[in-house]
Amino acid sequence: MHTAAAAIEVTDLTVAYHDTPVLWDVDVRVPHGVLMAIVGPNGAGKTTLIKAILGLVRPAAGQTLIAGLPYAQQRQLVGYVPQRGSVDWDFPTSVLDVVMMGRYGRLGWFRRPGSRERELALAALETVQLQQYANRQISQLSGGQQQRVFLARALVQDAQVYFMDEPFAGVDAVTERAIIGVLQGLRAAGKTVVVVHHDLQTVPEYFDWVTLLNVRVIACGPVAEAFTDEHLRRAYGGRIAFLGGGPSAEVQDAGHAGAPR
Amino acid sequence: MDALRDVFGDYTLRSIALGAAALGVVSGILGCFAVLRRQALLGDAMSHAALPGVVLAFMLTGSRAPLVLVCGAALAGWLGALAVLAIVRLSRIKEDSAFGLVLSVFFAIGMLLLSMLQRSGVGGQAGLDKYLFGQAAALVTADVLTIVALGAVTLLLVALFWKEFRVLSFDPAYAASLGYPVRALDILLTSLIVMAIVIGLQLVGVVLMSAMLVAPAVAARQWTNRLGAMALLAGGFGALAGVIGAVISATGRGLATGPVIVVSISVLVLASLTFAPERGMLAGWLRQRGNRRRHATDDGAHP
Amino acid sequence: MSPHVEIQLIAVLVAAACALPGTFLVLRRTAMVSDAISHTMLFGIVISYFVVRDLASPWLMVGATLTGVLTVWLVELLTRTRRVHEDAAIGLVFPLLFSLAVIMISRFAGNVHLDNDAVLLGEIGFAPFDRLTLLGIELPRAMWVLGGILSANLLFIGVCYKELQLSTFDAGLAAALGFSPALLHYGLMTLVSLTAVGAFDAVGAILVIALMIGPPAAAYLLTDRLSHMIGLGVAIGSLSALAGYWLARLLDTTIAGAMATMVGVSFALVFVLAPQRGVIALLRRRARQRWIVAQQMLAAHLLQHEGTPAAADESRLSTLGEHLRWSPEFIGAVVHRAEEAGMLQREGDTLRLTERGRALAAAAMTR
Repeated sequence: MHTAAAAIEVTDLTVAYHDTPVLWDVDVRVPHGVLMAIVGPNGAGKTTLIKAILGLVRPAAGQTLIAGLPYAQQRQLVGYVPQRGSVDWDFPTSVLDVVMMGRYGRLGWFRRPGSRERELALAALETVQLQQYANRQISQLSGGQQQRVFLARALVQDAQVYFMDEPFAGVDAVTERAIIGVLQGLRAAGKTVVVVHHDLQTVPEYFDWVTLLNVRVIACGPVAEAFTDEHLRRAYGGRIAFLGGGPSAEVQDAGHAGAPR
Repeated sequence: MDALRDVFGDYTLRSIALGAAALGVVSGILGCFAVLRRQALLGDAMSHAALPGVVLAFMLTGSRAPLVLVCGAALAGWLGALAVLAIVRLSRIKEDSAFGLVLSVFFAIGMLLLSMLQRSGVGGQAGLDKYLFGQAAALVTADVLTIVALGAVTLLLVALFWKEFRVLSFDPAYAASLGYPVRALDILLTSLIVMAIVIGLQLVGVVLMSAMLVAPAVAARQWTNRLGAMALLAGGFGALAGVIGAVISATGRGLATGPVIVVSISVLVLASLTFAPERGMLAGWLRQRGNRRRHATDDGAHP
Repeated sequence: MSPHVEIQLIAVLVAAACALPGTFLVLRRTAMVSDAISHTMLFGIVISYFVVRDLASPWLMVGATLTGVLTVWLVELLTRTRRVHEDAAIGLVFPLLFSLAVIMISRFAGNVHLDNDAVLLGEIGFAPFDRLTLLGIELPRAMWVLGGILSANLLFIGVCYKELQLSTFDAGLAAALGFSPALLHYGLMTLVSLTAVGAFDAVGAILVIALMIGPPAAAYLLTDRLSHMIGLGVAIGSLSALAGYWLARLLDTTIAGAMATMVGVSFALVFVLAPQRGVIALLRRRARQRWIVAQQMLAAHLLQHEGTPAAADESRLSTLGEHLRWSPEFIGAVVHRAEEAGMLQREGDTLRLTERGRALAAAAMTR
């Protein structure tokens, strides 16, 4: 239905907090059906970029389009996984309730979620292998399980384009595998998935598209073209410049430089 | 038994109890959102800030009609919340200082106006000082009707926007990404909290009103992990405390209503924190002891 | 001394005594502790009264001060159960203790001079009538009491200045260097409590908060140095207290209420007019910043597209609006300013960065 336009098109986007720009004239074009990582050092504006695309912060210049139209008109096409630390996990609500929030956008005003929403939520929980936790209180989950609840909530949005803010932060290796499996499944179904990512080491393995960001776009494209030593050095600055050797060694060490863990 | 029959047979007392119960339900339910959104102290600031509104409304209109005073209180409470917001947004003063400042200065202005009224000898201002600690016995039918009507409207709005308030309180950024007008919802929810405060002023008074928001919600939170159940329980606790307090104070020992209600609800909080099955401290303590004993026997079995 | 002079002196003493510990409450983001303490000390006064049966007894002050510290401890205890957040814990503890105090007063102490209105609003105007002779000098009791509290505050802050400064700005480092944060914290809380108790008679429970928080908060907008902030806080508090006294005389109203109102007025004036951190200065700075940033954004845009295939299209004045989503008027103004600043040149419809513009854009984009 919208093959002509890219899934995401960001043009000349500048975002400023209190009149101090944190993103400068960003151009990003993401085709349909790719799994893209946004990488860059801390403070590079990765989360800000996602928030600007989702209309959560107002740009000072430029615009963002989802499948050719502004976000406000395309909300139904977009799913969002915020950072896990952004909410109070002691909030009195069950896993199932959180996942059903993903349907609120389609329900519209005043309508309550019903049995259909319940079924969709349970199905999404099954996809992330949490169906047995549906009635648990969310504080009783581990960090990895909480992250998967957020993922399930985005899945029930039944979107075309997904934005995920550090879904691998603080999760164990098994959960990371499980999550990436779900994301690759989404790509196989023709969806576009954008992930803010910290671990440079796993970029070539997990993703097929990448944006290197450091307050402006350093490179954006297929991993093979964009994820190069030269671009990484420009994105991460002197922090990995001293490293010689092959690209793999460099990538590995850069991963540590970029990861806060 | 006779005393009980007296209490519920007495028309005045019945209407007072009705007003107190309505207040308890409304402040209990709205308080859940205030507590979960960490706005417990905002309630404190807004209730103190309402005082000058009450006095000014009377000074300007010369009327003590409940609706007039309620409007004044709501406006001033809102202004207080706005002042806090402006101070935090536009300077490096932190929220806690902004709350303290707004709370005390607004209250001071209220006292200043009240004192001017008293000394100028204008008649009819006598009823205004009941807004400090609340006076159930002074409640007339018009007051009760106002409380019930405003409470009903407030609760209706909460019910209508329940789903939206839930996602707003849990994850505002996500709510915004779903397309909800988060700022408008925030303003609506805060306004409803102001309504709950304003409704309670005649009964509990500005000084203690924040407890009516915080305490029922904290008590209810210990018994359940669901927002809906928490809200219903908090409403129930609030109503119970309201009725107990209003009846005790109205049976005429010269006790201000606010303090009595606050003590009743505080007892409920203490009981909940101690005895609630899962989150209660007794349960936690027993669990801990059980674990220790199990570890001890495990160690014994496998030395 | 005439009573009027004495009242003004007492008002200044109250304000100065409150501003000293208040400074640290504001900086440590625990301002609402003053809200809690100022309410609960009444409980201590009532309990102590039932023990000693004498309203003039110094034990009342001791009991009230201890209750203030107890309040802080209770709030911490509740928070530490992890079932209640700190803000809710404060909102639970102080109403309860305050309510118990009010109930006890109205039930059992009805005939004593301790009524509900006096609780909320002390009457500093009566202070000169209650006199005390110490060392052969006869002064209002409040002056002795508040003078003593002011001295205690000065002494504590003077002796522990370095430690307080360190633990306020870097609690971790202070602990690492061996200063016990808990000891300092409770020391400070004892002072807050003592000060609130001393000020209570004069200005009542709630207005103590205004005097503790308002002047230091205003001072915080005027200076970055702790020592200056303390001095300014005392000065602003004292001036507000005096202004309040005269306002009260003018309007024939409560002196305490007028003092706290003037604290609010002082804060509002500083909040709006402070030379660097005031609202006017802030809005001016933002307006200026907005143009600078807009020029930087324009330059960054041109720089980003220099040498790319789209460069021609991206740097045309007539299509810039579409790319940047700016109004034509805004673009015209920004381009004009950037041209004036020598950042770019116009060649017909096309904009070209100068060396200077290129350097400025590159500098703006490097963090």
